Amino acid sequence: MAQNERSAVATGEKGQEKQVAVHKFLIHHQGDHVGVATSDIKEGEKVIGVFMDDNSTVEVVSKGDIPLGHKIALVNLEENEPVLKYGVRIGLTTTEWQVGDYVHTHNIKTARW
Amino acid sequence: MDQQLLGYRRENGKVGVRNHVVILPVDDISNAACEAVANNVKGTLALPHAYGRLQYGEDLDLLFRTLIGTGSNPNVAAVIVIGIEENWTKKIADGIAETGKPVSSFHIERSGDLETVQKASRVAKEYVQWASEIQREPVELGDLTISIKCGESDTTTGMGSCPTVSQAVDRLVDAGATVFFGETSELTGGEHLIADRMATPELKDKFMSIYDDYVGEIESKGVDLLGSQPTQGNITGGLSTIEEKALGNIAKTGTKDVIGVLEPAEAPTSGNGLYFMDTSSAAAECITLMAAAGAVVHFFPTGQGNIIGNPIEPVVKVTANPITAGTMSEHIDVDVQGLLSRQISLNEAGDSLMDYLYRVVNGRLTCAEALGHREFVMTKLYRSA
Repeated sequence: MAQNERSAVATGEKGQEKQVAVHKFLIHHQGDHVGVATSDIKEGEKVIGVFMDDNSTVEVVSKGDIPLGHKIALVNLEENEPVLKYGVRIGLTTTEWQVGDYVHTHNIKTARW
Repeated sequence: MDQQLLGYRRENGKVGVRNHVVILPVDDISNAACEAVANNVKGTLALPHAYGRLQYGEDLDLLFRTLIGTGSNPNVAAVIVIGIEENWTKKIADGIAETGKPVSSFHIERSGDLETVQKASRVAKEYVQWASEIQREPVELGDLTISIKCGESDTTTGMGSCPTVSQAVDRLVDAGATVFFGETSELTGGEHLIADRMATPELKDKFMSIYDDYVGEIESKGVDLLGSQPTQGNITGGLSTIEEKALGNIAKTGTKDVIGVLEPAEAPTSGNGLYFMDTSSAAAECITLMAAAGAVVHFFPTGQGNIIGNPIEPVVKVTANPITAGTMSEHIDVDVQGLLSRQISLNEAGDSLMDYLYRVVNGRLTCAEALGHREFVMTKLYRSA
């Protein structure tokens, strides 16, 4: 599936109960395009994220410094594509995205105005 | 939870968790007299505000509803109303008196501030001594009305503090309590999710019409919300769009059907459960309206650290942001940063908030109460005449 080819690599098993002590970001839903840093992430760092809905994990190499609370891209996207978080559209890309990109107001905008 | 809850059951059967004697100005120019009475009589609470003159139409109705509702709140034992003239002053006092609680009113014209303060202070002293003997008694969780609204949100509110409040909201509704949420314009991007939770098609239509009106009013000014939503604080905290902010906001509303859609400061009349109220998303305005509709405790999830309080209802701050919990700890009542590090479960976070609610109902002062945060702010619908 095209979506898989351009997505971050899944490393964990769904439903896994084990605590992942080393995670540096969380993702609300399977299928979301962004994760949220729960610790500061450095450029070039290989970081693990945990999906909050099924406890599975992904691994991403960060392409930027991402402060706690800020977002990391989990998929490659073209300009003007919808961005999903919570399984719901939170805006549109304003540039092309690559997995690991720092995501904020420089590359996403509201779809409303 | 088998802990006992102790509250104040008022004359009309409603349950409060605080025992205020309020000195309530009808208008801006009566603030000085009210503050003088509160200075004379210890243990009373003046509520100065900026409005009350030359308002008309719906805006005037909202002023009356807010003032009467504030005095009627079950956290209030008794009220002194002071206004410049007799007519509106009496209207507010009569509205509050329908609850059966002690109310006295004074108007300043024909006697001046000093005589008014003297007379009002004598009654206030009687009220405060009377109220000091009212005993707390066992009450049920289902007797409570709780309001919820978040502020200085960031991405941690949607991941941690809002889902924690959501846990409490579902448990409260299951126990037969009433819960208010609002923030009309901040639902933008997720308004369809709230619309889908309306209990009837009529409520869904009413909600969408209120939502469309609010956003339409903003757009009619020739602007959009981009300059103010997300706020600068939200953006610093990592929120990039209004939709992202809205989805975090909605994450605190639980999973129950919404059984009523309320006007600002309107008290519910269709039984206990979850209600949407049409409010501003500015914290002080929103909480003032919800307290005026009868809320007795407020849950306030925050990310970057909003420090809001309310004079009538205790405000409980919840954060999952470890930086905020560390740097602003004196403002944080319930710290759920363990949700981000995955050291606690959502269920455990819900338990800690419910446990704190019991303590606040039973008398523990919240951080905002201890620090003297008493933000009382009227919602103004349009310019005065």
